[in-house]
Amino acid sequence: MKYEEAIKKYDPVIGIEVHVELGTATKMFDAAPNTFGGGPNTNITPTSLGLPGSLPVVNEKGVEYAIKIGLALGCEIAETCRFARKNYFYPDVPKDFQTSQSDEPIAAEGEVEIELEDGTMFTIPIERAHMEEDAGKNTHIGGATGRIHGADHSLVDYNRAGVPLVEIVTHPITGTGDRAAEVASTYVRTLRDIFRALDVSEARMEQGNVRADVNVSLRESPDAPLGTRTETKNVNSFRSIERAVRYEIARQATRLEAGEKIVQETRHFHEGTGETSSGRPKSDADDYRYFPEPDLVPLVPSRDWVEELRATLPELPAQKRRRLAGVWGFSDLEMRDIVNAGLLEVIEETVDAGAKPAAARKWWTGEVARLANQKDQPTAELVTPKQVAALIGLINEGKLNDKLAKDVLTAVADGEGEPAEVMSARGLEIVEDTGALEAAVEEAIAANPDVVEKIKGGKMQAIGALMGPIMKATRGQADAGKAKDLILAKING
Amino acid sequence: MTESSAITPEQVEHLASLSRIAMGEDELKSLAGDLSTILSNVARVNEVAGDDVPATSHPIALSNVLRPDVVGETLTSEQALASAPASADDKFLVPQILGEE
Repeated sequence: MKYEEAIKKYDPVIGIEVHVELGTATKMFDAAPNTFGGGPNTNITPTSLGLPGSLPVVNEKGVEYAIKIGLALGCEIAETCRFARKNYFYPDVPKDFQTSQSDEPIAAEGEVEIELEDGTMFTIPIERAHMEEDAGKNTHIGGATGRIHGADHSLVDYNRAGVPLVEIVTHPITGTGDRAAEVASTYVRTLRDIFRALDVSEARMEQGNVRADVNVSLRESPDAPLGTRTETKNVNSFRSIERAVRYEIARQATRLEAGEKIVQETRHFHEGTGETSSGRPKSDADDYRYFPEPDLVPLVPSRDWVEELRATLPELPAQKRRRLAGVWGFSDLEMRDIVNAGLLEVIEETVDAGAKPAAARKWWTGEVARLANQKDQPTAELVTPKQVAALIGLINEGKLNDKLAKDVLTAVADGEGEPAEVMSARGLEIVEDTGALEAAVEEAIAANPDVVEKIKGGKMQAIGALMGPIMKATRGQADAGKAKDLILAKING
Repeated sequence: MTESSAITPEQVEHLASLSRIAMGEDELKSLAGDLSTILSNVARVNEVAGDDVPATSHPIALSNVLRPDVVGETLTSEQALASAPASADDKFLVPQILGEE
């Protein structure tokens, strides 16, 4: 069954778990550096390896970042919480347990507002955000493709073991209808933007700083109980998230149509085909036997600390968009186009550099975008906000008109210098010499007596017919307003 | 585990399998008996503790033991691998991993 049919017939429910690696200097429970690079197994301490006698100590910064994330997601920060051991055997987990949080997460019950590309708003209910640690990295040797199947042994690097993570878990997200896939990817994108705004992580998807597990289930109607879900693990790009959700909805619908049951299981997403494949069924192996971590004492974030951190929260992306739309007087549609084109920041900086918002928007979304498209470069990087502001300044001073400004912009984009320099170097400045303009106007009047008669007769639009020759004579540098004034003065005077 | 003191051999078998410990029938039975005894002894604490005594995970009333986010001493890969049964390319070498990631 195709996605389009499936989504008409069934009501999808999604749930998303996002892991973000925090950008602290050290790991969550020991003083090993939290950095990439360096040789294998060098960013480690006895605690990273879980060696006998080693003891964990909580990284204060890690807690601070977790609280900030919790606050930004509108969560309640726990008055007291504990770490717990999640017990399972896997070679990349050196201690045979992951230090995590179980029934006492640091943050719970919040919500995130997301905006889909067409401006539809959606609220994602957050169940919890908790602190935990990352695992090491396995490399499978001996298989054909570096995959686990067919490998005869594996190599383990524990540099990443113990890197601070915050895991954010949603409640079941209902009511998305045919926009389930879009909601999933937009939600993760929104989180990514929030992490960056909070400066708690580099939040680079391609580096694995942000990883998503996507749960999907179908039900006959919004009133029916939740169906059996599958969890597709480690979907690590926005596009993949969308594809994975679409694929799972279509796959599950096909099974249900055939009268088959959905197996509750973890699944793997394959970039190449856009398909998911069965991992392992949920079973005894998921009996993690959580218990309170005896080596770490409870965490009791004081209300003062929480409020202090709340006060440092930067303006979040959604709030910022709303504020700027108000200040600039842009319509929702204009704002959305700017955001989707990735031009919000540069326009803000252009306005900060003195340009009027409407002019900044016009130039960035118009001529700059057109040039960037032509050169196949990102619009926001073609020229600087200061340059655009300077260009707009020259127009306002009457030194450039729009046409000349476009020429200046092209030259600036080609690296010929700042707008004012280019204008002087190329002699593009609007002629201030009234003598030259007057001569051009007189010439045009003399050469077009019929037009002059029309203007005298009150047909003001006929002035346009004189502008062509005037512009030609002044090589396009005449100020149209001044020329018009002169024409009228001479004809009527 | 519940506070019920009756531990069945099946429960022991489940735990043993989670812990990757192979056990025979006899061992499962005798361990079930031992664990039941231990649990029932521990359960007596419940009789002493009233409703006014909350459950605790730590014997010392301590909280917020935190460290500043400052890099400390690390191991070299040679030190890290010194006790490893096998290694290659400065990494721990482990036998074939069965099952999924």
